[in-house]
Amino acid sequence: MSVRFKAVITTFLIGVYLLSSGVELHGQEDHHEEHPQEASHEHSPEDSHEPAHDEEFNAPEYILDHVSDSHDWHLLTKKDGHHVSIPLPVILYSKHSGLHMFMSGKIAHGHSHKGFQMGNGTIQLENRKGEMVEKGLKGKIVEMDEHGDLVEAGLPLDFSITKNVFMMFLSVVILLWVFLSLARSYKKRGVSEPKGLAGFIEPVIVFIEEDVAIPNIGEEKYARFMPYLLTVFFFILLNNLLGLIPIFPFGANVTGNIAVTMVLALCTFLITQFSSNKGHWQHVFATPGVPKPLLIIMIPVEIIGLITKPFALMIRLFANITAGHIIVLSLISMIFIFKSYFVALPAGVMVLFMDFIELLVAFLQAYIFTLLSALFIGMAMPEHHHD
Amino acid sequence: MTGTLAAIGAGLAVIGAGLGIGRIGGSAMDAIARQPEAAGKIQTAMIIAAALIEGAALFAIVVAMMG
Repeated sequence: MSVRFKAVITTFLIGVYLLSSGVELHGQEDHHEEHPQEASHEHSPEDSHEPAHDEEFNAPEYILDHVSDSHDWHLLTKKDGHHVSIPLPVILYSKHSGLHMFMSGKIAHGHSHKGFQMGNGTIQLENRKGEMVEKGLKGKIVEMDEHGDLVEAGLPLDFSITKNVFMMFLSVVILLWVFLSLARSYKKRGVSEPKGLAGFIEPVIVFIEEDVAIPNIGEEKYARFMPYLLTVFFFILLNNLLGLIPIFPFGANVTGNIAVTMVLALCTFLITQFSSNKGHWQHVFATPGVPKPLLIIMIPVEIIGLITKPFALMIRLFANITAGHIIVLSLISMIFIFKSYFVALPAGVMVLFMDFIELLVAFLQAYIFTLLSALFIGMAMPEHHHD
Repeated sequence: MTGTLAAIGAGLAVIGAGLGIGRIGGSAMDAIARQPEAAGKIQTAMIIAAALIEGAALFAIVVAMMG
């Protein structure tokens, strides 16, 4: 395993380095130019009591803005404070006024369109128990009536093509293109020595099959789960890697979004439970070799264990990818906080270094998610599980 | 004040996870040095154990952040 593992990792790192290192540097320079203006623009209207020359850079706001999802794709802010961003489609369903579709440019920068605008501040909402809870509205679209009050029916349902959704469509297109063309070439040439793109992808697929699926699920049953494992591996890997590229059609933090990782973990959970056999449920509800009175404690623990496994999958991917992005953005923020060449240069070098570590993490997290999915699936079929 | 306590909690969780993963890594190194031919299996087991510890640490961090 180790030789192939190293070969796969090396091929990957070299390939990805060649693809993205120039881009990373380019993106960094972009940051140099664009962000002091952005910071100054954001601050001058809000904090008018501050002196105009005090261009304080709000690092946490800048970082969270880049890590989170949004309705438009902010590219840069010009010196006159004019924002350049690419609008994305907004699709809303409101109980009050039905279905709406428009481009997000219409509601950017505090504009209002058909009563819809970007939310600000907080709202008091009644939850199911009838208690009032406060909910932040930042980044959400709200609907206003003609008096300028929030519509009674609550927030509209938001099905917009946001940055993350757009990015997922893009990665689906890339994956389909890569794998359909691979399938075509295999059909045409048969299984011979892999060439071109196949030479790059085939070792990875063989690695997933021989080192992830077979040892954990077992020789007889693994084939059924290969489509899922490969899909999840390449989807996470591609999104991790595209998330590292800071220029326009890439750079959305898809695998660092907890909703995305939740759906991925939910898929693993459902597949695990539906492919499980009698032995799995016996293990949960009547653990073999455990005295009867102890089952009162063991059954709840086992049931919690069923849920914590996918929960940990969800949090692990989310936390690792988001943390990586936050570290890179923090290092870039240092440049604007200190405004000195003596900080900017080491920070740039550190960003490059972190990006290399992130390349490793991108591969490792995709691998760990796939490995643990295979492990959980294998564990739910205990009779055929052998080491 | 709550934020500070949450940060301390997250830090404690990271200390625990660091100790745990460090021990796993060290033991895996020992094991590989003793039996280099089993390196592949040891690596897989190491990553699984590290992932489980990391999971516990992430729980702690999430609780710290929510509390």
